[in-house]
Parts: sequence; C-alpha cells; structure tokens
Amino acid sequence: MPLWQIDIYPADGFIDREGQRVAEQIRELGLGDEIEVDFSRGFLVEGDLQTAAVERMAESLLSDRVTERVVVAMTGDESLAEPPGDNPTLVHVLPKPGVMDPVAQSAEAAARDAGWPVAAIRTLRKYWLPELSEDRLAAICRRALSNDSVEQVVVGPLELTQLRFDGRYEFSLVVVPIRELDDEGLARLSKEGQLYLTLVEMQTIRDHFRSLDRDPTDIELETIAQTWSEHCSHKTLAGRIHYRGPSPDGRPGGDERRYANMLKETIFAATQHLRASAGEDDRCVSVFKDNAGVVRFDDAYHVCFKVETHNHPSALEPYGGANTGLGGVIRDPMGTGLGAKPVCNTDVFCFAPPDTPVDSLPPGVLHPRRVINGVVAGVRDYGNRMGIPTVNGAIYFDPRYLGNPLVYCGNVAMLPVGMEDKQVEEGDLIVALGGRTGRDGIHGATFSSAELTSESESLSGGAVQIGNAITEKMVLDVLLQARDRKLYNAVTDCGAGGFSSAVGEMGEELGAEVWLEKCPLKYEGLSYTEIWISEAQERMVLAVPPEKWQSLRELCESEGVEAAAIGRFVGTGNLTLTYHGHHVGELAMSYLHDGRPPVVRDAVYEPPEFVPLDPPKLELESANQILADILGSLNVASKHWVIRQYDHEVQGGSVVKPLVGPRCDGPGDAAVVRPLLDSRRGLVISCGMNPHFGDFDTYHMAASAIDEAVRNAVAVGADPATIAILDNFCWGYTDRPETLGSLVRAAIACQDVAIGLGTPFISGKDSLNNEFSYLDESGTKRSISIPPSLLISAIGQMDDIGTAVTMDLKSAGNAIYLVGDTHEELGGSHYSLVTDQPGGQVPRVNISLARCTFTAMHQTIQRRLVRSVHDLSEGGLAAAAAEMAMAGRLGISLDVSELDAAGDPLSDAAKLFAESNSRFLVEVAPDRQAEFVETLHQANVPVRAIGQVDSSDRVRISIADKQFIDQEIETLLRRWKNPLNW
Amino acid sequence: MPAPSAPIAPRALILRAPGTNCDHETAHAFEAAGAIAERVHINRLIENPALAARYQILCFPGGFSYGDDIAAGKILANRLQHHLADLVQEFALGGRDSLVLGICNGMQVMMRLGILTRGVTADGDETVDDSGPMGDDPHVPATLTWNQHGRYEARWVHLAVDPRTPCVFLKGIRRMYLPIAHAEGNFVAASADMLDTLAARGRLAVRYCGEDDSEPLISEEPLEFPLNPNGAMANVAGVCDPSGRVFGMMPHPERFIDPTQHPFWTRMEQPADEGEGMAIFRNAVGYFA
Repeated sequence: MPLWQIDIYPADGFIDREGQRVAEQIRELGLGDEIEVDFSRGFLVEGDLQTAAVERMAESLLSDRVTERVVVAMTGDESLAEPPGDNPTLVHVLPKPGVMDPVAQSAEAAARDAGWPVAAIRTLRKYWLPELSEDRLAAICRRALSNDSVEQVVVGPLELTQLRFDGRYEFSLVVVPIRELDDEGLARLSKEGQLYLTLVEMQTIRDHFRSLDRDPTDIELETIAQTWSEHCSHKTLAGRIHYRGPSPDGRPGGDERRYANMLKETIFAATQHLRASAGEDDRCVSVFKDNAGVVRFDDAYHVCFKVETHNHPSALEPYGGANTGLGGVIRDPMGTGLGAKPVCNTDVFCFAPPDTPVDSLPPGVLHPRRVINGVVAGVRDYGNRMGIPTVNGAIYFDPRYLGNPLVYCGNVAMLPVGMEDKQVEEGDLIVALGGRTGRDGIHGATFSSAELTSESESLSGGAVQIGNAITEKMVLDVLLQARDRKLYNAVTDCGAGGFSSAVGEMGEELGAEVWLEKCPLKYEGLSYTEIWISEAQERMVLAVPPEKWQSLRELCESEGVEAAAIGRFVGTGNLTLTYHGHHVGELAMSYLHDGRPPVVRDAVYEPPEFVPLDPPKLELESANQILADILGSLNVASKHWVIRQYDHEVQGGSVVKPLVGPRCDGPGDAAVVRPLLDSRRGLVISCGMNPHFGDFDTYHMAASAIDEAVRNAVAVGADPATIAILDNFCWGYTDRPETLGSLVRAAIACQDVAIGLGTPFISGKDSLNNEFSYLDESGTKRSISIPPSLLISAIGQMDDIGTAVTMDLKSAGNAIYLVGDTHEELGGSHYSLVTDQPGGQVPRVNISLARCTFTAMHQTIQRRLVRSVHDLSEGGLAAAAAEMAMAGRLGISLDVSELDAAGDPLSDAAKLFAESNSRFLVEVAPDRQAEFVETLHQANVPVRAIGQVDSSDRVRISIADKQFIDQEIETLLRRWKNPLNW
Repeated sequence: MPAPSAPIAPRALILRAPGTNCDHETAHAFEAAGAIAERVHINRLIENPALAARYQILCFPGGFSYGDDIAAGKILANRLQHHLADLVQEFALGGRDSLVLGICNGMQVMMRLGILTRGVTADGDETVDDSGPMGDDPHVPATLTWNQHGRYEARWVHLAVDPRTPCVFLKGIRRMYLPIAHAEGNFVAASADMLDTLAARGRLAVRYCGEDDSEPLISEEPLEFPLNPNGAMANVAGVCDPSGRVFGMMPHPERFIDPTQHPFWTRMEQPADEGEGMAIFRNAVGYFA
C-alpha cells in the first residue's frame, strides 16, 4: 500500500516558530550558539490514494492555506529531501510505534470522515540543521530534538515503507518455576522481571505456591507484584515502624514510638479524633478510603480533593509524565463515590535551578530547563483540553531535584450528596470504559516504587506514556450521564497497575473473573499479561448490573466512547483470569490483599546540631539588596510565565485568580472558585511547602507547611472551620532508618498540628525512594536524594464569595497592621539563602495561637474590616510588603521597630526577613481600624500598627529613625518578574 | 393595567463535540439573558439534523474540539462540512431569521468553515456567491494562526467595537474588558486589500485596544503585546458576516457574567451589577424580541 509523506512548512513571510524555539533550546543547553533550524511538521499517510487526493488532503485538511505551504510525495522521494533553506542536515523525529499519538489518531478519523480511504497515519517532525560533527548532531538530537523514551530519530532520508506492523501474538501459558528458587534466584527474578519486590516478599510468594503445590503463572506473579507495590499498597508508611526521635525538649531518643500502621496511627488518627469531637458538625464524608477525600459542601453537593505525584515518569519524559500525572489525578475524583465532576486543578513542581550547567549533569539526567518546559506543557495541555481550570500551584527550586523532579497534580471535584458510596454486587459486569489498552505504561506501578538510576530510561521506557485528554473528557461526559441515570453500581479509575489493580480493588470483597481477550486493544500483539497490567491512560472500570449494560453501551456509543464488558464480579472470593477460554490465573483475593508480609522498619530521627545564625549588621544598601535578591530568587520570583499558559477561568467559576491586582500580576495567596454557577458559596484552594525547613527539622517543616496552607486559605476569606487538608510525602530512600525517621517525625507534626488547628487530613499519598543514582567519571556510585518534601494542600470554603479579599494594596491612606508575632527565626529562610548564611532557628508553629489568629482574621474578613491581606512566608515581612505594593501599584511605608514585644529582642534582619509562621499583613481603611484592632485584641491575637499605604511609587521600611528599605516599586517588579519570564 | 406579555424566549443550541468544554457556562449565560439554552451533542444532529429546527440561535462554544489536533477547530469544521453542511448553511446564510455565535474554539471552527469571511475574496473583492463557504473544499482567505509568541495565553484584554459594524451581538456596546484563553487566535488575512474590505464593512467587528480612550479605539496597526495578545492583524478579536447575524470572537463573554469574575473586582467599592459579557447575550435574546 502506498505510503505518502506530507511536509508542512511555514509559507513565505511567516515565522518558523518551532525552528526558532529549537534553535533557542540548543543555545540554552549550550549545544551551539549560532545554529539555525528549519522546521516542518508532517504526516505519513498510508492508503490507496492518488497524488491529487493526497494533495487535497494536505491542503484542505492538514495544513493552513494562508500561513503554510506543503510538500507532498511518496516517502523516499527526492523532493522530500530538498532543504527549504541553507541547512543541509535532515533529522526526522517520529513517535515510537505504540506511543500515543493523538494528532495522528484524529487525523486518521478526520480523513476517513472526509471520505479518503486511509489505512494509517503517523505524525513526524523534520528539523534541518547546518553541517555538524557526528557527536554534536547526536547530542542535539538527544538533548534538544527528541526524547528517546518515546521517540525515534532518523537522520537523513526516511526509508519507511509501511506504518502498520503485524505483531501477532501466539498464546502460550508462561509458568514461573518459583518453588525451586533460592534467595539469589528470587532476588534475580524480582529485579529482572521488574517486580521490585523485597526478598522477604519473594520468599513469601514462593512458600505460598509451594503450599499450593504448583508454580505461579507469569500473570499471577505480576498481579501480586502490582498489588504489593509501594505505589499501590503504601506498605512502608502503613507498615510497622519502630521510631526513635528527640523528645519535645530535644533529648535524643527521648521519644520512642512503635507503630503497627504508622499512617493510620498519626495522620488518620488525627482525623478520627477531630471527627469524633466535632459530632454533628463533622464535615468529613469519606476520608482515606476512596480515590479522593470527600467533605460536605452544601445541601446538594460534597467536594472531593486529591493530589497525586508523577515523579519518576516526569524525570524520564517530562511532557508525558506531567501530562498523564494530571490526567491520572483527574480520574481519582471521577472514580470517587459514584463519580464526581472536576472543577479545578492544582499543580506544584520541584525542579533543579534552570541555570544548572549542562556539563554538570549526571548521565541519564535531562536538563532542568527541558524538564521545566516539558512539565509545564504537559500539565497545560491536559488541563486546558479537559476544560478544568488550573487555579493554584507553586514551584520550588533546589539542586537536589536534579535527577528527581517532583510533579504534584491535584484535582477538586463536586459529588452530589447521596453518591458518596458504592457497592459492587455479585453478578455485576466488569466494564472497561474509555481508552484502549496498549503496551504503554507496563510496570509503571512497580517502577515508580524503585529508585531511579541512569539506566532507568532503557530499563523502563515502557512505563512512560503520553496522554490523550480528549479521550478522558469524552469519558467524563458519558460517565456523569451514566451516573445520573444510575447505570452502574461502582466505579474506580484505572491507574497504576492497570486492570490488575482496579479489578483487584473492586473485587476484593467478592471475587472476579476476567476475560482478557475482551479488552479492546490499540493494536495486536499484546500477551494476556500485558493486557492485564498495562497502565494505558484514560480508562475507568465500572461494575454494571447486567440489565443496565445495554443502556450503558448505547449511551457510550452515542458519544463515541468505547465500553467493553471484560468480566464479572463473582462470589468466589477468587480472582480468575482467562484468555480465550484458557485458564491463566487463579488467586485468592484474601491472599492478594492480606498475604503480603508486613514491612518492618526502623526509623531514627536526630535533628542536626543547632548552629546559631548571627546576622551581620544591616544598612540601607545591604537590606535593599537582600530584598531585591529575595524577590529575584527562583522560589519567590513571579510565575506568570507558567500561570498564563493555564486556563484558570474555564467553567466560569473564577472568583480570585492566581494573579491579582490592577495589573493582574500580583501573587495571590489562594484561589477562590465558585463551583456552582447559581450559588454564592465558594471553594478556596491553597498549598504550603518549604523543603528548606526540612534540612533543619522535619517536624517544624511539616508544621510550617500546614500553617502556610491554612493561612493562605484564610487570607483570601476561607472559614478556617471548613478547611480540610491533604498530605503528599515525597521522600528519599526510606529503607535508611534516618530517612524514614525524618518522615515519621513529619507525620507526628501533621498529627499534632491537625488536631491543634482542628483541620482534618482527608486524603494523602506518598512517593518514596526519590533518589537518583549513577556512576561518576571515576566509576564511584553516587546518589542524589531529594530533600524531604511534604506538600500540604488545603481546601476551604466561604459562605459568600462576595467577602473574598486579595493581597494587592487598595488605597493610599489606609493603615497597615502586622498580625501575629515575629521571632528570631531565620533558619531556612530566604534571607539566609540569598545571603548564604547557614544555621539559625527554623520557624516553629505556636499551634494554639495560630488557631486563634486564623479564627479572628476570618472574623475581620467576614465583617469586611480589611481591604487587603497577605500572608508572610518566603522573605518574611519585607517581601510581603513589597509584594502587596507591587500588586497594588501603591506605595507602602512601614516602621517595624516595635516587633520584638514577644520577648527576646529581635535582630534587624529578623524584623525584616524572619519567616515566623501564622502572620499576616493587613490593610485597613481608617473607619474600620478601631473595630479591626478590637476584634483581634478580644481574641488575644497580637496586632501592631506598623505603617500605611501611600500614593508614592516606593516601598519604604524603617526601624525607628533608620531607613532600611527604600526602593522603587518598578525596580522591584523587574527583579521579581525577570528570572522566570521565558 | 395588564402586564405586558413576555416575549417568547429564543432557543439556543449549544453545540457539543468531543473536547468542547465551555458549553455549560455558555448555556448559563444565554439563560441568564433570557434564552432557553440546550447543549446538544454533534452526533445527535448528525443522526437527526431536523432537531435543529426548533432553535433560533446556533452557538459554537469554546474548548478544544477533537483536541484541536491538526489545527484549532479544524476537525469539527471538517465534520460539519461533511455531515451538517445544510444545517450550518441554514443558520448562517439566512435560510431563516437566526443567529450564529462562535466563541474562541467556536470562532476557530467558523473561520475554518469560511462563514465569517464569506463574500470577500483573497484579493479583497466582494462577491455575492454564497455557495463557496460551505462547499466541499473551501478556500478560506483568512485564518487564525498561532499566537505571535508561540504559546497558549490566558489574560484579560481591552476590546473596542468598530462603530461601523452591523453585528447584532455588539449593538450598543462601545468597549469591553474580557478574558482570552487560546493558542491560535492570531487573525491573518490573505491580503491587505481583503482586510481593508472587511474593515470598511465593519466586519472586523471587535478589536483589541488600549486600556483607556487616550488612543483611537480602532487601530489598523497591530498594538504591542499584551494589548494585542496574539499579534492579530488590525487587532482583530472578532469578525462578523455581512448581515451581522453571524459572529465569532476569540475573547470569552461567558466568563464575565457575574461581577466577581472581573480580575480585580475586590478593588471596587461598588462592583457592577453584572459582567460586561452579558450584553452580548442580551443582544442575542433581544434580537428576537
């Protein structure tokens, strides 16, 4: 069958944007300063078509006649190898066979729709480069043009003659002779089979099959490995842990705890405690059991919230990893209760600094700039296409994220009251809904539980995927209709572990039989095991009563969504797997879910020795410089380049946007969203995180993160009594007792602070073993562990969105108050970061004062006593004041000499830059000042009048008579906006 | 005194397709303005085009129809061309007294169909041939291409209505402040003559403009980013057909219905009663009064 190629170039007079972008990337990566690139996008079209038809297809369907020109020929034709300009070197980049290519899929459907008999279409990209040495060309191809985990590169003419590959699969049952293996053999099987199970687990499995008097099939072994993986079972944190840490007064080993299930006895226990004491006022609906946490919203709706990470895939293929990370977390609320409707997304990333020298990269590591570009684009393309606004997020930078960038994606969704429970019934059909199953994502669950190495790309490329957001949007559209017509009894998402995990979870109580040949496949050639464990995206699994199946199938067909009955829930207590009538697997559900030997771990925490930080004396010039440096530091700098690529207003519920103020460029504290267009009730979404504090003490890091998430939400108007939070632990190698110890200590803080603030955790997730190991030039094994990274995400509510406030200064003449106490807490602060001073006291949380502060602040907001509120975090008071002035384009003038009333005298540096928790800067109009102060006094919350808003163009801060900060707003704005203005 | 009889509310068909994602809030806006809005999947219309007969307004809402794969709006336009040409023809070309509105992805679809630029050739000549736009292989002499800076961009923009415009949806509106959220919104005409002809007829109906009245509201010279957020020729943000009943715009009026959708409503002592986007939907409903 003829194979045609269509190259599409910019027409004369139009810019070659992709060519310029790639040239820029080559320059940024240090691969060549003067390399110009010509680009064409294109399609390979296989089908019985005449030249004229292909030309028409190219012109009327695939290209734009005004801005583009096309070259059409059979592949291999000379015309395709003719350079468009002076660059003679031709590089083709194509998605590897089997990798999701949504554009090709759509083009195929559209071409057939228009009546052209195409058999297959694939996309390709062509880059024309100058003559280059072989090494340089290879480096450019690998680092700038392609990603070899999902794409293939062809230099020179493309000699392809067909697109379709006949990959027939011949059934043969694979039995794994595990009964005879010794420890060494077990370890080898675990590693080479990418099971990533521990020796004890492998021994348990061997002994289990010895007792059954048979060997397992490959699919049985894989099923056990998926179910027992860290990713699916959270066996470390939910396991037995013996913890020893410092007592509250700092005595080493003074705090010894033994947990049978650490998470359950800390974070979950805090929620149980709060729910019990709340009684009638308990707002939690479903916590730590479904795919997302669920709390009450109003009489008609609950709200669900879930945050997941997708770190390992994003390290290898940033675009696909982040893309499917967001796609995956959106399916969590869709699979919560009987299915919730997503209303907004959140995204938090941790990267290495973008200016990391290229030649310092360990082997196998992508440059941070590429990671950042890819991750942002991946999240953008999934969220925007799904029509879910991305309303909140943050980005943190630290060199230790070089081999392990972190990608946290969250989703908030609305669930009708009464739909929070689901119950699989015996006899229900197992229905797979959505995307087809392919060879993508094999071993994602087990892979994500392992440490990354420089070999990971070649070992686990199959774990990397690209998403197709429109497929998921179509699934969502029919799912909500099916839900409202009560066409199914239960739903869950297909995530890590694929059908294996989804069916295994849903059938845990009853049992299930699965007919693997019934699963719709993207292409031929998958073995029965691959079908079972594939993590192909955009799939949901439903339990459908047989009498509803016809209606469901018709509904799906009516919107072009694929649905297939692939099995049945049966009351056998067993998981039975068949393939074309062959019996390929039989496992007791009880063994699958309860047979895993408990993980027993030691955890030790010893805080690093206290190193005092004596700040050098500040002068006007040095303080000015420090403030500018803080605003220009990557963590604090404006993230507008990212934010503006996200649609944050689709669905029409946007109330407080990520960028606020008259120029729409101030850094808002939290997002406010109105999820129901006919209601005034609002949702508030915020987050808190500070990996730098973890280097001092993970207890205070966790406490500070919770305080930050809650105070951000309170700052825009959330009622603190409604706030619920999520935990996401991303940690290093937790087999090391001290690494696990630092995590347990953080979990203890979560327990203490959640109870103290009355703020329940409703869901969480962990990602462990975030270490990157490689051999350096001398052949020594090195590893980089990420810093302890706890993200706290908060969801709050407000009765009336009309009471929301923002952080931009509103009018000259209003007074500025500092709420909360300041301490000599410069440890881990941005002051210490930009001045390169180690040591100091890390910020702590006075929990009872924090609670009073949040409650009282909320009262002042509700009574409309305040004009603007901003939380104090990175950079402390000076940075917060500058941000408020920049956002409002109004001057501010403060005197912070009276801050040390809390006890010990404060250094000037602490007054300006300490990052003490539970503090707000508040702008109050003259006629409200008395009532504002009185409200806080009554609650015993410290409040100090420290200055006013003025109509100048400057930020000024003095201590008594001495001026420390005096800078033009415009100057500070430039420093703040430039670093990430890509 | 007897109460005046309420005018019969017009019915708006909000066309839904895979990847459409602004259909709910667009329906909400139409209803707030007094229309009866129904979200209808394209497959229902392909099965039974007669369904459309009960509607007076056809609306192509925003989103990423079919993923915007190939080019924004292209595949939905392709499907409409091959399966629903008569239906679109009837709404757009005056088969009956109806209105057509496209927002963002909807405008992209309408541009690909050629129904916004119909009646003008690539050279700027005016024609009365109405068969062209919905033909099998439309030669559309203008397009919406990638934003000048090459990225998706979400931001609020200032808009001015060309006083010459016959556009029904823009009646009585002088300027607006609305959000854009798109990657391919850069209006490019095949020639300067074509642009002139469209401009002279008031068909370049709504333009990006400065934030106050210190500069002329309608400028043929592209303004700097971010005033002109995508580099569009003549700052074009919306285009209408010769009759003014068929209109597409890149900004999202349905995202400014409630005053709290304004990006800095918290600064206002007294926020407006409703968002500035409402006027467009009120005009649509008012047309049938």
